[in-house]
Amino acid sequence: MAKLNLTLKIWRQPSPDNDGWIETRKANGIPTEASFLEMLDIVNQEILEEGADPIHFDHDCREGICGMCSLTINGVPHSKEEGVTTCQVHMRKFNDGDTIWIEPFRANAFPVMKDLIVDRTSFDNIIAAGGYIDVRTGSAPDANSVPIPKDQADWAFDAATCIGCGACVASCKNSSAMLFVSAKASHLNTLPQGQPEKDKRVLAMVRQMDEEGFGNCTNQYECEAACPKLISADNISKLNRDFALASAKEAVATV
Amino acid sequence: MSSPLLSITKLWSSSIGKKIVVALTGIVLTLFLAGHLSGNLLMYVGEHAFNEYAYFLHHMLHGGGVWIARIVLLVCITLHIVATVQLTIQNRNSGTKYQVDGTQRSSLNSKLMIWSGLTIIAFIIYHILHFTARVGNEYNNPDLYKVIYDGKEYHNAYKMVIDGFSWFPATLFYVIAVTLLCSHLSHGVASIFQTLGLRSSKTDALINKGAKLYSIIIWVGFISIPISVMLKIIK
Repeated sequence: MAKLNLTLKIWRQPSPDNDGWIETRKANGIPTEASFLEMLDIVNQEILEEGADPIHFDHDCREGICGMCSLTINGVPHSKEEGVTTCQVHMRKFNDGDTIWIEPFRANAFPVMKDLIVDRTSFDNIIAAGGYIDVRTGSAPDANSVPIPKDQADWAFDAATCIGCGACVASCKNSSAMLFVSAKASHLNTLPQGQPEKDKRVLAMVRQMDEEGFGNCTNQYECEAACPKLISADNISKLNRDFALASAKEAVATV
Repeated sequence: MSSPLLSITKLWSSSIGKKIVVALTGIVLTLFLAGHLSGNLLMYVGEHAFNEYAYFLHHMLHGGGVWIARIVLLVCITLHIVATVQLTIQNRNSGTKYQVDGTQRSSLNSKLMIWSGLTIIAFIIYHILHFTARVGNEYNNPDLYKVIYDGKEYHNAYKMVIDGFSWFPATLFYVIAVTLLCSHLSHGVASIFQTLGLRSSKTDALINKGAKLYSIIIWVGFISIPISVMLKIIK
């Protein structure tokens, strides 16, 4: 079983109010079968045995669907591997002797809580502003009782695969949340159930996004490259279009 | 729900709204470049054609046309700059800073936008002082810059261009500014489509290639004139 000896450069920050620093730590004898988070578990076990404070990081399902894990690995959120979350990155992707930089998802709208854990409440606030539909959620409707063309269903499904991890914000030069907001808005705006509140939703979500202090999109598509779910920036184009139309309607008619 | 004026304020204060302003003013400025270049290329046709073209610009709509164009361009460029500077300041303060640079897709042109833009505005000011206000030169002197075609008096704009670019530093600044303009356009023109919601992955390659082609045409067209003057191809 191949083992790796690594040098980790890890962001440590005891609390939101403290300054952080980069801590250098050796991680020896890491099995290539380990996932990235398991590697951190191994390191944390050693730290605990030393009686020190382990490295704090977010994680939950560890199978790439919950959106909880974060980490910027060598400058790229969820690592440079395409279409995976941090928990799906395996140590076989690294070489013996590598130095790995591990930092939190950085953005003012994602303040660091401790070490590598950031507060992504700003995303929840955007969803609360308009990322829903006001319908009675009784029993499940019959399949196909609302006809939806295949291409629309596909578009909505692709947008809905966004797990809200925040890699788009963390990878963006401007900490823009446009890929997240556009995916969430697009998912509902494409479906018949989302039509009645489409304009209201777009305006509310974009305004909340601005309110939270995210930056502005400069069409560099770093988000698309970093997204573990490969959400397309076509959604951003659609959001821009929907926002322009909704703003025009708001100006001259009622939304 | 709200007055149209309030809606305009709301649009301006939102990130996407301000970008829409940048895109729309960008369209005007981009199209202006095409018009400006086609006029300038008359330098290759000859003195007579170029001077008549310059006369036409200054006298259409009884001299009002040029002022309409100037005001429209001034408004567009002011909105374009104010919006982009405000957006850039917000972006610089948004907090993404890593110890290791993990850039995957951003083009060099896209990263240079604010710097290419600010150089272009510095150039535009210089360019207007040089050829429009004619500060610090003799271009307004009728003894030197007057030609008569068929008994009608014309300003010799053709000679003004040749004299203007016979001084090497002016040509150098011109070439640098137009090169940065080319860089600015290659990201800017493609971004117009995305910001107005007209881009998709189906059209992405076409839009990017079109934007690059357009910026190269603008670049080659504009810099060819001072270079031709320096090389005495135009004289």
